[in-house]
Order: sequence, then structure tokens, then C-alpha cells
Amino acid sequence: MDAVILARLQFAFTVGFHILWPTFTIGLAGFLALLSVLWWRTGRPVYRDLFRFWSRIFALAFGMGVVTGLVLSYQIGTNWAGFSRAVSNVIGPLFAYEVLTAFFLEAGFIGIMLFGEGRVSRGAHAFACCMVSFGTLLSATWILAANSWMQTPAGAVADADGIFHVVDWWSVVFTPSFPHRLAHMVVASFITSAFVIAGVSCFHLWRGRHPEASRLGLSLAMWMALILTPTQILLGDMHGRNTLVHQPTKLAAMEGLWQTTRGAPMTIIAWPDMEQARNLYAIEVPHLASLYLTHSWNGEVRGLDAVPRADWPNVPIVFFAFRIMVGIGVVLLATAVTGAILRLRGRLYSSRWFHFLAMGTAPLGFIAVLAGWTTTEAGRQPWVVYGALRTADAVSPVAAHAVLLSLLLFVVIYAALLLVFLWFIARILLRGPQILGPGAPVPARRPTVMAGTVADLNPGD
Amino acid sequence: MPIEIAANLPVLFAALVAFCVVVYVLADGFDIGVGILLLLAPRPAERDMMLASVEPTWDGNETWLVMGGVLLLATFPAGYYVLLPAFYLPIIFMLFALVMRGVAFGFRQESVDLQRVWDVVFAGGSLVAALCQGIVLGGLITGVTMRNGAFAGGTFDFLTPLGLACGLGLVGGYALLGAGWLIMKTGGQTQLFAREVAHSALILTAAMLCTVSGLSALLVPEVAARWISWPDSLWLAPAPIVTAVALVTAWRRIWTGRDGLLFLMGLVVFAMGFVGLVASLWPYVVPRHVTIWDGVADRQSLVFIGVGVACVLPVVLAYQAHAYRVFRGKVRPGQGYGAAASASEP
Repeated sequence: MDAVILARLQFAFTVGFHILWPTFTIGLAGFLALLSVLWWRTGRPVYRDLFRFWSRIFALAFGMGVVTGLVLSYQIGTNWAGFSRAVSNVIGPLFAYEVLTAFFLEAGFIGIMLFGEGRVSRGAHAFACCMVSFGTLLSATWILAANSWMQTPAGAVADADGIFHVVDWWSVVFTPSFPHRLAHMVVASFITSAFVIAGVSCFHLWRGRHPEASRLGLSLAMWMALILTPTQILLGDMHGRNTLVHQPTKLAAMEGLWQTTRGAPMTIIAWPDMEQARNLYAIEVPHLASLYLTHSWNGEVRGLDAVPRADWPNVPIVFFAFRIMVGIGVVLLATAVTGAILRLRGRLYSSRWFHFLAMGTAPLGFIAVLAGWTTTEAGRQPWVVYGALRTADAVSPVAAHAVLLSLLLFVVIYAALLLVFLWFIARILLRGPQILGPGAPVPARRPTVMAGTVADLNPGD
Repeated sequence: MPIEIAANLPVLFAALVAFCVVVYVLADGFDIGVGILLLLAPRPAERDMMLASVEPTWDGNETWLVMGGVLLLATFPAGYYVLLPAFYLPIIFMLFALVMRGVAFGFRQESVDLQRVWDVVFAGGSLVAALCQGIVLGGLITGVTMRNGAFAGGTFDFLTPLGLACGLGLVGGYALLGAGWLIMKTGGQTQLFAREVAHSALILTAAMLCTVSGLSALLVPEVAARWISWPDSLWLAPAPIVTAVALVTAWRRIWTGRDGLLFLMGLVVFAMGFVGLVASLWPYVVPRHVTIWDGVADRQSLVFIGVGVACVLPVVLAYQAHAYRVFRGKVRPGQGYGAAASASEP
């Protein structure tokens, strides 16, 4: 394998592993912020118990996100020197702003959030939780602004050496695909977390443990899911039509559409054959793709034939990744609606089959997010900056064997980390919220950052 | 923008990047040092205490490493896209080490019977991170092969005697900072242990400082020329003299000095080392290939970042200084930091 493929595999692996944690923590930070505010306003102990339980899981996941993100901030230089050279003027400041605004905000408040409960006032604690949640959203905003610029570049021009220079910062940040991508990703995070929370709550209900906290967790999660899954499908549709306008080749690969067609069919499933440039074993619904993409029966959709073969992405990868994402979206919507019907009939907390179903859907959000990112990133190929910089020109002059060695080590180390993480999570889950319930002391060796601030915030304490 | 500021933007931003590197090295240096010393600490109680002493601050410290990396990309891209590929393996291994170190800290708190395993992972991660950072430092002094605006050397170019000496020196230096930190922040057996290991750390640091200086002068004529040319050597002379004074003071006062003295002397040694490094490499981003004026990013990018830095950095620094102030004083055995922070000085 050549160095380009190896570098792409390595980056896909490390960024794919990384995205799991922010996906989870963005949604979970919002959930924790909600719980801390509810605890502050109502004083019901169940909110505090649930907060303590989920904040321990959050702490581990957040740590994983921080360390795997640190890797990425250097990998762009070690493995993608050509990219760094060409776009540093554009991308660099966006990353710098992410650190300046989001990372330092999170670093400043996460101590109070995780260790300050019971040591600072409930209002101050809720404020810290909201700040951390806000920090995770800011972080997503900057990084998606950078990614969106790579998808739909604007506001910068390349000189004769291929170096990009910014002419308009507003256009660089607010590229055409940015609002769609940001909304789609943030909602995906909240949905993923909601189904994890629902699944874990159902696990406790199924075992007959921690009934009060588990009912509350399931109830909040299913409300979140009911509101957000239909929203996400709407946002996905808008994002898709945005892609049709700005990245028609990617969209053609997603749809498996080889020829530019009026009244294009929706391909439910097929085997896209790049050699013959056609779909084998296709099951299609006539006119449907034109209908949802152009909102007209005979609307024209550009096919892959509109660009030379050298500019095609790998069609099967994009085609199947897209279908996995959409398929999971439909399953999650169905689960959310089922949960709502059961709630109406007063059986949400007693239907054991539904608890099984919810446990099964808990990991699906992560798979959908990975599939979605595969769709958008593999669909952008062979460009790293769409239409402007080819991936092959973006790699570092590093020997293939060095990249292979580091790739193998990344796989081994990350796999080990994931196993250990799941082991610890399983132990926390089995213990459940009640262990940390009323009267349980905050572990003495967990400090802290804000332990001391108690004295500073409330001198009379 | 006034013309003088515009003309000096590269210098201003070089100072900013240097500032982030110094903050990172000093702040993460002592907790990496504590991690290295963890391998030598014989008793679990001491290891608990050592880790408790860095617990509140260590992950905030690593944010500065991310900050340094993205600032380099944003302000001096040439440094980023030439140097990182040039030091591919040491950088990647440093990242592995920091990842292991980070998760070991988190997992240790959740662990009951396997704490010793996580101690070893944390310590090993600290040691490898220090070695790798030193190797990069040595490679920076030696210089890298560059053609057509890109790195053009081999995968193992980083393996130089100077790099290895710097690696060992940084292990010693971080251990020195770590020992100084422990003397300042702990008491009893842990403090005794820190004073004992401080001797070895000092010897290693001093020996490697001499080795690195000697090797640089022998192997890198450009660096030698900088230090022996008149009148430059007059201005540079204080750096080695102050370093020597700090090392000797530290050595003589390990047992008798005030608790914060060794840490302070460690900071002085690092500060002087950094002055020496800047003096040897100025004004290059990529040593002897790209100057800060040639390697700087577009002005509109610098101005955009500058606004954010000017607004945010003072707040961050004030906050972090406040956090350190909150946690001043000794860590107590068997207690979380909370007790230590509200208790008065012994």
C-alpha cells in the first residue's frame, strides 16, 4: 500500500475513534447541565443521583475525547504536511479559536462540574455545568466550520504556489454547508446520548434496580428522542439538498446515480459497480429521488458522469455508509415513536420488550455518526479541499513504513483503551445510580479543582 | 494598524508561540517529572500523595500543548509542516505516551485492585513523553533536511547523539522540577523521598546540560559561531553563569533550603536553557532554512488570531493563576486537596 492510502487509513481511524467521544459528551454535557439546573431549581434528590451517576461516565468519556483530540492536532502536521502548507492561513486560526474559546472554557469549569457538587452552591454548580456544555458546543462549532470549509471552500483564494489566502473571514466561517453540518452533527450528538441514556435506564428497569432514577432517565431521554429524531430527518433532508447544490458528485455517489437523470429514482439497495458504472441488483422507487432532492416529480439530478472518472469518490463506500446512516435514523425514529405511544398508554416503564429494544438501540447512534462522517468525508474524495486540493497532494513526505508502524500501534493502543473504557463503564453501570445516592460521600480522593474555590466563592462556608 | 506593530507582527507572534511553549514546558514539566519519579517511589502511600499533588492542574497544563501546536500551524505554518514530518516517530510516540498517561490518571481513580498497573502506565508515559520531547529538541538544534519547501530527510534522521542527550537531559530536568514540586507540596516520607531523588535528577540534568552544550558546539558550527563571536558572547555569557549558580545552589541546599527553593532553581535552569535555545536558533522557525519573517502566516490571519488571543489569553492566565493560588500549600496524607486548600500553612 502506498503512503497516501496508509495516511488516509490512519487519519480515518484516529479521527473516527475520536469522534465517538465528542459525539457522546456533547449530548451528555447538555443532559448533565439540564439535571444540574433541575436539581438547583427543584431540590429533588433524584436529579442529583442521576447527575452523579452520569457525571462519572462523562468524566471518563471526556478524558478519552481530550487525549484522542490532542493526537489529531499534531497528526495534521505529521501526516498532512501538504494540506497544512496549503491551508494553514485558513484552517489554523479556526483551530486556534477552538482552543482559545472552547478548550480553555471547558478546562476552567470541568473541575467544578465533576467535583464541585456539594462543595459549591447548587446555582454555581449548575452554572459551571452550563459553561462546560456551552464549551462543547463552541468546540463543535469551530471544528465544523473548519471541516465545512474543506467541503465547500469560500472566502479564500489560492496563489500560484497553491497557498490559500483569506479575503473574507465571514465567508470562511459561514460557508454554504456550515449551518447544515453544524445542526446535523449537534442534533446527532444529542440523539446518540439520548439513546444511550434510554438504554442504560432500561437496563436498570429490566433488572428492577434504581427505579426512580431509571424512570426519570428514560422519560427525559425519550422526550429528547421524540423531539429530535424527526428534526434530524428534516435537517438531513436540508443538508442533502445543500450537498446537491454544492457537492453534486458526492450526492450522486450517495444516491448511486451514474447518469444525469430527470425524474431520478431512489435506489433503496443495490451493488454499485464502478467498473461498469451502473448499479447491479438494484431495487428502485421511480422518481422519488428527484422528488425529495428537487421537490419536483421530474427534477434533474446530476449523475457521476458529469465529472471525469478521476474525480469520482469510491462509490460503494459512500453509497452504503449513507444507507447505514439513514437506516439507523429510521430505526431510531420508530423507537422514539413507539416509546411515545407506550407513554400515552402508561406502559413506558413496564413494557419489558421495549426495554430490550431500547438497550439494543443504545449503540446505534455511534454507528450512524461514523457512517454519516464516512459518507461526507469519503464522498469528498479525491479532494481534501473540495475542488481545490487533491488528497494525494496533501500528504507528508514521510516513508510508508513509518506510517504503517504508527497505524498499527494506533489500532492496538486504541483498541486496548476502548476495552478498558468499556470495562470501567460496565462496572459503573452495574453499580447504578443508587450507590451514589443519598448520604453517599463524595470519594475523598477526588478533589477538586474547585474544592478550594468553595472558600473563595462563599467565604462564610 | 500602526506601521511599527505591523512590521513586528512576526516577532510578536514568535514571542507568543515561545510563551506557550514555556508555559507548557514549565507546567507540564513538573507533572511529567512527578510521573517519572513515580517509578522510583517505593510505597503506595507516597504514590497516592504524589499523584494527588498534580491532580488539580495536570490536564489544564496539557491544553497548552494543543495551544502551542495549533498556534504554530496558524502563525508559523512552515514550522508545523516541515518539523512535524521531520520528527514523525518521536512526535507520534510522544502522543501515544501522553494518551496513555492521560487515561491512566482517569482510570486509576476508578480502579481498586489494579492501581499499581496504572501507576506504571502513568510513569512509563511520562518517561517516554520526556524522552521524545528531548529528541525533538536535539533534532531542532541539529537541523533538518529541507528541499522545495518540504522535509526531505529520512525517517530515522531524528536519531542523533544530541537528540539522545537532550532526551536524557529533559528526563533529568523534568524529574528535578517534579522533585522540587514534591518538596514544596508535600511533607513527611514523600518529601524525604523527593529530596533523595533530587540528587540524581540534579546530576543527570547538569551532566546532560554540559553534554548538550559541548555536542552542539562540536557538531553544529552555526550554533558554535553564535556563542563564540564577539560581542554576542558577552550578552550570552549570563545564561550559562546563572544556570551554574542555580545548579550549585540547588545542590547545596537540597536538605537545608526552604521548601520552594529547589523548584524555583529548577524553573531558573529551564528558563536559562530556553534562553540558550533561542540564542542558538534565532531567528529561525525551521533552523537555518526558514526565518520567522519568511515562515510567518498571512497578516490577515495573524490579526484575526491576535484579536482572540488578546481577549482570551489574559482571562485564561488569570484563571489558571487563581487555580494555583487556591491549591497553594501542602497536600495532606489521606485527604483530598479540598482539605489542603482550606487549611492554613503548617
